[in-house]
Amino acid sequence: MSARDRILARIGKAHNSGIAADVDGEIRRRQRGPLPPLAGDLVKRFGERAANLASDVAQAHTITEVPDLVARYLRERQLPMQGVCWPALAPYGWPAAGIGLEARAARGDDMLGVTGAFAGIAETGTLMLLSGPETPATVSLLPETHVAVIESTRIVATMEQAWDRLRAERGALPRAVNFVSGPSRTADIEQTVTLGAHGPYRVLIVIVG
Amino acid sequence: MEVTAMHFRRNAAEKLNDDRLQQALKKLQSRFVDSRATALAELPNFPEIREAAAAIRQRAIENLDAYLLRFEREATARGAVVHWAEDIEDANRLVVEIARRHGVRKAVKSKSMVTEECGLNDYLASVGVEVLETDLGEYILQLAHEPPSHIVAPVVHKSKEEIADLFEARHRRPRNTGIAAMCREAREVLRPGFLAADMGISGANFIVAETGSVLIVTNEGNGRLTTTLPRVHVAITGIEKVVPTLEDASTLLRLLPRSATGQSITNYVSILTGVRGKDEADGPEHFHIILLDNGRSRLLGTELQPMLRCIRCGACMNHCPVYQNIGGHAYGWVYPGPMGSVLTPAFVGLENAIDLPNASTFCGACADVCPVKIPLPDLLRHLRRRQVERHLRPRSERAALRLWSWAARHPAVYALLTRAAARLLHRLGGKKKYLRHIPGASGWTRGRDMPAPSGRTFRELYQSRNSK
Repeated sequence: MSARDRILARIGKAHNSGIAADVDGEIRRRQRGPLPPLAGDLVKRFGERAANLASDVAQAHTITEVPDLVARYLRERQLPMQGVCWPALAPYGWPAAGIGLEARAARGDDMLGVTGAFAGIAETGTLMLLSGPETPATVSLLPETHVAVIESTRIVATMEQAWDRLRAERGALPRAVNFVSGPSRTADIEQTVTLGAHGPYRVLIVIVG
Repeated sequence: MEVTAMHFRRNAAEKLNDDRLQQALKKLQSRFVDSRATALAELPNFPEIREAAAAIRQRAIENLDAYLLRFEREATARGAVVHWAEDIEDANRLVVEIARRHGVRKAVKSKSMVTEECGLNDYLASVGVEVLETDLGEYILQLAHEPPSHIVAPVVHKSKEEIADLFEARHRRPRNTGIAAMCREAREVLRPGFLAADMGISGANFIVAETGSVLIVTNEGNGRLTTTLPRVHVAITGIEKVVPTLEDASTLLRLLPRSATGQSITNYVSILTGVRGKDEADGPEHFHIILLDNGRSRLLGTELQPMLRCIRCGACMNHCPVYQNIGGHAYGWVYPGPMGSVLTPAFVGLENAIDLPNASTFCGACADVCPVKIPLPDLLRHLRRRQVERHLRPRSERAALRLWSWAARHPAVYALLTRAAARLLHRLGGKKKYLRHIPGASGWTRGRDMPAPSGRTFRELYQSRNSK
């Protein structure tokens, strides 16, 4: 008997019931738990909660405005104007704004990463990023500055709504779904929250539309 | 991990006298207790969410085999390999086999209490696999050769000066005592480790049966780096961590960060499913998931079954007056506080940890704050009863209780003894009418004064009043 057999046998014996629960039916139902009430403008709430969690939040009317907005942000903070991006974001005039972006995965020494986002969760001010060939996970993780461009129509109220969107638009889960809620942080030293641990030191969220 | 729970009394006494630890423990109040309250106040329907969370965990436990089999099927379909480990030897052996199969020499680790159970780091080191802890707290502990003292905040027992000392000794850089500077230093020292690692080892906060996914919550980004960069990812988890659906995970995620650190959500929540796709630039080529039993299945169908609902938030220990005063190391194993006082006896044997269920005043704070409604005081009481049934209590205690029980069944003797005690204590109280020190009960009177009895027992007083 393998370890698997022994463990399952012990569990089965403890349960004492011959009737297997309808686990597949239970899962298919996808019952949601109680959701906290969320009223009002979801985009506004998303921005407020994200700012509360130490992201910088900006708004642009169209995607063409974004490179200049980001360039201003980087210059104000004297940050490097080179980095990497998801290929989908490459064609929007970054060189004209003074920013050099390569459409590839990030390496350990890249300082700036520009991504989109599959969705935004207004409840907590959280970005939902999906991994994929066109959306490498390292771009939002290795650089010190992460810029996330999100369309306002992709901001939903709760994580549960985001799951529904994902199932509807993509079917299966990608290799990695990352919910990102601000710059990386730690409070391991004397319970003092410090921004900038192993992930980005700062996150700029640009809401478009 | 080595068990020292049998030395609880001695260790607890040491910790009470440890000034540095006492200073550090003061931070528990604001950082964990107050911030949890604030975060939960944001949820107007918190009681309903809590009921739902408890129900989700209960449902998973009651159908554990079915959900684990579904998880295995889904995970395997996405290219992960699912292994089952009966005990820590199995688990350690599996990790080494995986490491050897893939030519792994360097591994990075994100925090996992299950791997502490296994003593995985030491085992891997003994077979020549270099393991680097990447959670800042765990990294500090690795430098100090110490175990964690809290399941969420592993170095809550250390001051920044102690950490600066460790960094200075090991990093060979000028000493930094600013917290931000030390974090930056750790980032710079650890990043090359991430980039050079062949294997990433993680735990799992939950595993999702619906999709065969491993769910990890972190704040630092080390969890993401550990599971994204190396070509092999090994996730080790207890079998009880399974939840049915992504919706269930979302419900639990409303309570886990709030209960643990007062955050509405942890900085990163990663749901990992399967291996790197054909055209993907990141992610592991090989994903191994180890499901560890190590005594968990033996709790099913027993009075301790509710303990399996635990989502490892740490709220119980944060609110426990005993933990708040002695910290985590005194509990002598991986899990401290109220949950540790149930799990340690359950996993390593009640006879090796008899003092733990007794280190409680049954104030009930733990049960109040548990997000999945584990009746911790009831479980502790059950373990106390088991100790007596199994004759594990010290001979002197059992003898004293037998003597008292005999006297209580013989009222004349009882009356005589209490009269003698009342007279004696009255005498000892003297003019001051307070007893500062009672021989044989110095542990009690060291911190308390007892008002001296009047010298007559209640029954004597009652009789004399009635006869008037």
